[in-house]
Amino acid sequence: MGKTFAEKILAEKAGLKDAVPGQIVTVKPDHLLMHDNAAAIIGKISDEIEKYGIVDKTLPVIVLDHVIPAADEKTASNHKKIREFVKKHKLKNFFDAGTGVCHQIVLEKGFAVPGSLILGSDSHTCSYGAVNAFSTGIDRTEAASILLTGETWLKVPSSIKINLKGKLNNRVSAKDVILSIIGDIGSSGADYCSVEFHGDLKQFSVSDRFTIANMGVEAGAKNAVFPVDPVTVEYLKKIGVKDYSPVWADSDAVYHSERTYDVSKIPPMIACPHNVDNVKPVSEVFGTEIQQCLIGTCTNGREKDLEIAAEILKGKKVSPNVRLLILPASKTVFENCLRNGTIEILSNAGAIILPSGCGPCLGAHQGVLAPGERCLSTSNRNFKGRMGCKESEIYLASPATVAVSAIHGKITDPREVKK
Amino acid sequence: MRIWKYGDNINTDQLFPGKYTYTCATPEEIKPHLLEDLDPSFAGNVKKDDIIIAGKNFGCGSSREQPVLGLKSVGVQAVIAESFARIFYRSAINQGLVLIECQDAVKAYSEGDKIELNIEKGNITVGEKNFSFPTLPKEILAIRDADGLLAYTRLKLKKNGKRFNYVSGYQNKTDE
Repeated sequence: MGKTFAEKILAEKAGLKDAVPGQIVTVKPDHLLMHDNAAAIIGKISDEIEKYGIVDKTLPVIVLDHVIPAADEKTASNHKKIREFVKKHKLKNFFDAGTGVCHQIVLEKGFAVPGSLILGSDSHTCSYGAVNAFSTGIDRTEAASILLTGETWLKVPSSIKINLKGKLNNRVSAKDVILSIIGDIGSSGADYCSVEFHGDLKQFSVSDRFTIANMGVEAGAKNAVFPVDPVTVEYLKKIGVKDYSPVWADSDAVYHSERTYDVSKIPPMIACPHNVDNVKPVSEVFGTEIQQCLIGTCTNGREKDLEIAAEILKGKKVSPNVRLLILPASKTVFENCLRNGTIEILSNAGAIILPSGCGPCLGAHQGVLAPGERCLSTSNRNFKGRMGCKESEIYLASPATVAVSAIHGKITDPREVKK
Repeated sequence: MRIWKYGDNINTDQLFPGKYTYTCATPEEIKPHLLEDLDPSFAGNVKKDDIIIAGKNFGCGSSREQPVLGLKSVGVQAVIAESFARIFYRSAINQGLVLIECQDAVKAYSEGDKIELNIEKGNITVGEKNFSFPTLPKEILAIRDADGLLAYTRLKLKKNGKRFNYVSGYQNKTDE
């Protein structure tokens, strides 16, 4: 009987011959991701760190991104505390405010590699399945414990196999695919499960796969993962990653369930308030007025995402009734887009370019909504109050849909090219 | 003892708004905002031993631990739901908060029913009806019952130093 990705990788990471769904195993993660919450995490165990030290100084990856540049004295003090901690313990894997959103940094700097196990004190840690890592979110307390011990327990999950067949249509992207899937299976449709993607995957770049894996948690998934193929290999070569051991499911692996989607039949999709699984074709909410648009974030803030937006906005102006915020996922993405003219096009169209952080996405700062306002965003969550105001509404869509809608000031299908 | 009843897909932004995530960390800071965007009457009226009963996928969304830490620190006896999101479930073990996954008990509950819990035996009485729910594996219960993961980790470190092992697996490598 064949094994799934999750069964194989967790057995290997636990030093066991086999692991079966439901089994509890002790594992040593290859990396532990923390962001601004590192301040609270180290605060919980300051005495223990003095006494026992950090178990492995290469284990933690710390990225300041959630409230950057600091919004107030409290967040500034948190950042200061983290910088002092990093210096004191001589931690190498530290990325200060402005480097990028933590998940993009873990990808870009080569911490996430095929066959690696990464745990992070952030729910979107599941993103690294894009490059065949097993990665999942944990809370601050568990991150604190892992800093001391290097270990934790995981329950081996059941797996769901998702086959993506056919070719995407013009102006339809990975975001529309994952929104369709979440709309179909629901926000608890993959609870506790490992989601494996199979099928016609060549058309999805690593960036696209990241968009899909990033939103796995919005269906409750423990992790969401792609196989290593020439697309992955080429990406890893480009960022200078050489050593890795891919893991993939056997063809006769046993799944909890299996689904097939014909991606050629997927139109531009949109998640309507206030749940990510409230998904409809964009055409069904056509004309809904919007006051803010956000293109970017860890979900859709890479070069291709911003280039698609620029292609649509070139020579046009954002509606006077809309603020368009651009949030590149990292400084590297920003610089690449600066060099190739993307940023200039977006700026000329009237966009506000934000630093690479998480601020507006979680309502921390930089783009908080007012009561009665509506935001169309490429981010991953539209929960009530998510952008800082519970009397506002958030819709989620692809960069193409958001860019076209920003011009019109209302939700618009990106396949309608005429203004 | 009061019972607070909520619906499906109660997410972490409703339980504790994201805008406070980086400014509130202690129980005292968390309490006034607990369930703020779900039920503004909760924070001011919740008492020790109260129970929360909810539908499917309770706690979905962020990995922020303030909802769990907050519910534990105000003395909520248990959250009973049809199902829980995994990070929330795991976080509850880490904070020593009791979560009970029991669809039948949630379905059987109607306003005014009394609820009695026997957590060790995995038993729950709703009004006149009795239900059982699966208990956690003993290794995991040990973490919850040590009053949470950090207390558990401290005990283990004190006893074993850096040679550490939770449960099955990894025997060979920890013996290096």
